[in-house]
Amino acid sequence: MTDHTTPKNSLLRQDARTVKRNRAETRFKAYGIAAIAVGLLMLLILLTTIIGRGTGAFQQTFLTLDVQLLEAKLDKKGNRDLEDIKKVSTFGYAPLMAAALEKKVADTGIETGLKPKDMAAILSKDAAAQLRDFVLENTDLIGSSVEFRFLTNSRVDGYLKGRVTRESIANDKNISTAQLDLVDALIADGALEKRFNLAFITGADASDARPEAAGMGVSMLGSLFMMLVVLALALPIGVAASIYLEEFAPKNWITDIIEVNISNLAAVPSIVFGILGLAVFINYMHLPNSAPLVGGLVLTLMTLPTIIISTRASLKSVPPSIRDAALGVGASKMQSVFHHVLPLAAPGILTGTIIGLAQALGETAPLLLIGMVGFIASNPPDGIASGLLDPNSAMPAQIYEWAKRADPAFYERAWGGIIILLVFLVTMNAIAVMLRRRFERRW
Amino acid sequence: MGNFLNVAPTTLLVIGVLMLTALAYVTARRRAMTAAGGDARKLHSLPGYYGYNAAMLTAIPAFFVLVIWLLVQPMLIQNAVIEMIPQDAISDGSSVNLVMSDVRRVANGLTTAVDAGALSADAARDISVTDTDVRGLLADNGVALGSDVNADVLAAAQRYRSMQTTGQWLMIAVIAAVALGGAFVALRATTVDFRARNMVERFVLGLLMIAASLAILTTVGIVFSMLFESINFFKLHPWQDFFLGDTWAPNFRGDSDLSILPLLWGTLYISIIALFVAVPIGLFAAIYLSEYANNKVRALAKPLLEILAGIPTIVYGLFALLTVGPFLVDLFGRGEDGILGVDWMSGATSVLTAGLVMGIMLIPFVSSLSDDIINAVPQSMRDGSFGLGATHSETIRQVVLPAALPGIVGAILLAASRAIGETMIVVLGAGAIARISPNPLEAMTTITTRIVSQLTGDTDFASPETLVAFALGLTLFVLTLGLNVLALYIVRKYREQYE
Repeated sequence: MTDHTTPKNSLLRQDARTVKRNRAETRFKAYGIAAIAVGLLMLLILLTTIIGRGTGAFQQTFLTLDVQLLEAKLDKKGNRDLEDIKKVSTFGYAPLMAAALEKKVADTGIETGLKPKDMAAILSKDAAAQLRDFVLENTDLIGSSVEFRFLTNSRVDGYLKGRVTRESIANDKNISTAQLDLVDALIADGALEKRFNLAFITGADASDARPEAAGMGVSMLGSLFMMLVVLALALPIGVAASIYLEEFAPKNWITDIIEVNISNLAAVPSIVFGILGLAVFINYMHLPNSAPLVGGLVLTLMTLPTIIISTRASLKSVPPSIRDAALGVGASKMQSVFHHVLPLAAPGILTGTIIGLAQALGETAPLLLIGMVGFIASNPPDGIASGLLDPNSAMPAQIYEWAKRADPAFYERAWGGIIILLVFLVTMNAIAVMLRRRFERRW
Repeated sequence: MGNFLNVAPTTLLVIGVLMLTALAYVTARRRAMTAAGGDARKLHSLPGYYGYNAAMLTAIPAFFVLVIWLLVQPMLIQNAVIEMIPQDAISDGSSVNLVMSDVRRVANGLTTAVDAGALSADAARDISVTDTDVRGLLADNGVALGSDVNADVLAAAQRYRSMQTTGQWLMIAVIAAVALGGAFVALRATTVDFRARNMVERFVLGLLMIAASLAILTTVGIVFSMLFESINFFKLHPWQDFFLGDTWAPNFRGDSDLSILPLLWGTLYISIIALFVAVPIGLFAAIYLSEYANNKVRALAKPLLEILAGIPTIVYGLFALLTVGPFLVDLFGRGEDGILGVDWMSGATSVLTAGLVMGIMLIPFVSSLSDDIINAVPQSMRDGSFGLGATHSETIRQVVLPAALPGIVGAILLAASRAIGETMIVVLGAGAIARISPNPLEAMTTITTRIVSQLTGDTDFASPETLVAFALGLTLFVLTLGLNVLALYIVRKYREQYE
C-alpha cells in the first residue's frame, strides 16, 4: 500500500503563506468589483427612482362632463357681445360645472350625500378658467351643451395614482372620504380616468393651489433662449480664444497666465458665476432681473472654459503636416488656420460645444441668484425680444421651484420635469457621440 | 420724417453704416481689380482682401465712436441740465437724482405730446408753466406726473430736449463722417502694391487676442465684483465677528451675528462625508478598471459610471431631499416604528443626507481622474514587480499606488474643491440651521446655501445681511481656487516624473 497523498514539501502544495497571499489577491479583486457594483447600483437606484416617481407626472386624472352653457348665466343681455361675456369671472362658471356634475351623478344613479358645491370640489381650480377660455373663444355655443374634459383636483389625481389613500386624508381639509366615494363611483362609470397629459410638457407653471395644472413648457422656452445666447456667444468667442492660444500665442508669461486662468475658471463653483452675474449684469448694467438673456450671459462665462479646452484639444489633434502643406503652397499662417486646420477640427469643436451646452442646460445654482426662481412663470414669451428680456424660468430652476413647494403633487412634477430634462441631456450627448463616431479622424 | 427718425435714429444709423460697409467692400474690390487691369495675379493680395480692408476701415471706427457717443452723451447732457436747476428748487427729502428723473419724465412727456400732435414742436419748446397746465397736458397724453411741474423743471426739460435733439443730429453727422472718411482712406490706399491681406490678418489677430483675454476679464470681474461688495460689508460689519465669531443669525432689522465658522463647519463636514463615500469607491473602481478588467468590462463600466457625473446637480438635490433623506429617517428616526428602532433623526435634511448623495456624485470624478493617473504609471514598473514574484494586488499596493499617489492626492483635492462649491445638493438636502455640532444626523448649513438664501428674494444692497453673501462668495472662491491650484500643481509635477 502506497500513500498517494502529496508529500509535505511538494511544489504542488501551496504553503500557508502562499494561501494567504492568494486570498489577499482574491479579496483585493473583490473590493474592486464591489466598488464598481456599488457605483452602478447607485446609478440604477437613481434612474429607477426618477422613472418610478416621475412618469406619473405625464398622466393626469380627467373628468368628462357635459356642461350646459346657460345663456342666463353667461350672457344675460343675450347679444353675444364679447365684452359683456368677459365680465363674467371664473366664479360665474363654477355653478355650471357643479350643475353638470350633479346631473351626471343623478343620471348614473350614484348615491352621495354631498352638496353639488362639494361634489364640484373634486375638480381642479383650473377647470373654471378652462371653461371660461372655451366660452370666450366659441361664443356661438352659448346655450348649448358641450362635452368637456376637466382636470381634477390634485388629491383626486393622487388617489388614482396611489399617493393619497383614505387613511392619509384624515387631516386633509381639501378632500373627504365622501368625495373619494364619489370618485370611486365615477371611475366605475368611466367618466373619471387617467390619461396622458400633454399640458405637462407644453403648459405653463401654475400657482400653489393648482399643481395639477402646472407644466414645463414655458420654462423649456426659457432654457431654449438661454441656450441660444450661450451658443451665439460661447462658440465664436471660445473658438477664437482657442485658435489664438493654440496657433498664434507666443510662449510668454501673459499666455501662461491666460492658460492657468482658463483651467482655474473651469473649476470655479458655478454659484460664483451667479454672484458675478448678479453684481455685474444686474446691479451694474441694470439688465432685467430673471431674464433669460442674463442667464445666458452667466452660463456663457461658465461654459467658455469647457469649450476652449475641448476646442484646443481638437485643434491640437490636427497634425502639423496639414499646416506645413498649406504654408508650403504659399498660404499665410492665418489662411492655413482658417482654411485648413479649423475645418478639420470642426467635428471635435462641435462635439465639445454640445457637451458644454448640455452642462449649461442642467446648471441651476447661478440661476437662483439672478432671480429665475420664486415666481410663477406662466406667460409664454411672444417673440425673440420678449423671450430674451421678459422674466422666465428655466428647466432646472422650475424643478427647484416645484421641489420647494413642499406638496407631494409638486414633487411628482419635479421628478417628471427631471425626466424631460434628462431626455434633452441624453439626446444632446447622443448627438455628440454620434458626431464623434461619424467624423472622428485618426491621423 | 422727423417722427420716423425719433423712433430709432440709432438703429437707422447702424443700418446706414452697415450698408456703407457693404458698398465699401464692393467698391474696393472692384477698384483693386481695375488697378490690376483685371489680372488678379498682379495684386499683392487676393481681391477679396481689399474689400475686407475697406469694410473694416468703414465699420470699426464708426461703431467705436457710436458706442462711446452713446455712453458719453447722456452724462454730458445731465451735467449741463443739472446746473440749470437752482439748489433751492430741490425740496427737502428730494435729491438731484429725483429731480433729474422728473426732468427726464417731463421731457419724454413733451416728446410724446408732440408725436401725438397735441403740441407743435415750437410750442413744446416755448410753453411755460404760467400760461399752460403742463401736468394736465402731459396726463392727457398718457404721462402721469406725481406733482405739478415747476418752472425750473420745465425749463430744464426743454433744454434737455433741445440738447438731445442737437446731440442726435451731431452724432449722425459725426458718425457718417467717420464712416465715409474710413471708406475714403481705404479706397485711396487700394493700389496694386497695397498689402491688404496683412492689414486684414492683423485685425483678425487682434480679435482673437481679445477673445482670449476674455478669460482674464472674467476672473477680474469675479474677483472685483466680490471684492468691492465685501469691502462694503466689512465697513458695516466687524471682520472679527465674520471670521472668528461662532454664531450665524442674520436679522433683517440689523444687529445680526454673521460668522462664517458655523457655515464652514457644515461645508467641511458634508465634504468630508462625501469624500469618505467617493474616495474608496472611486479609487477601487479605478484600480479594478485599469488593472484587472478586460476591455469589454472596461468599455461598459467606465461610461456607465461617468453618467453619474453628467447628471445635473438639481437631480441629486431632489434625490437627497425626497429619497435618501426619508430613507435615513426610516433608518434612524422613527423610534419604535423605524428599522433600527432608534430616534436620532428629526428631519430628512441632514449632514449625512447631503454628504452621502454628494459622495455618489463625486464617484466618477475620483474614478476617472485616478484611472488616468494609474494608466500613466509605466508598464515596466509593474513588470519589474511581477518578475520578483509579487502577486497582482501586491504590485498594485506596493508599486503602482505609491507611484501614482501624488496624482491621486491631486484628484482627491479636485473632488474636495467640487464638494465645497457644490450648491444644489446642500440647498435641498442639508437644511438651513447654522450650528457647530458633531452629530451627522442633524441639519446644518453651508456657505453656498447661505449665499443662495441671502441673495434670493428682496435684497437690499446696503445691508450687511445681503452683502455678507459677497464675503462668503469671496471666501468660497479663494478656498476652491487654492485647492485647484494645489491639485493642478501636484498633478503636473507628477506627470513630469514619467514623461
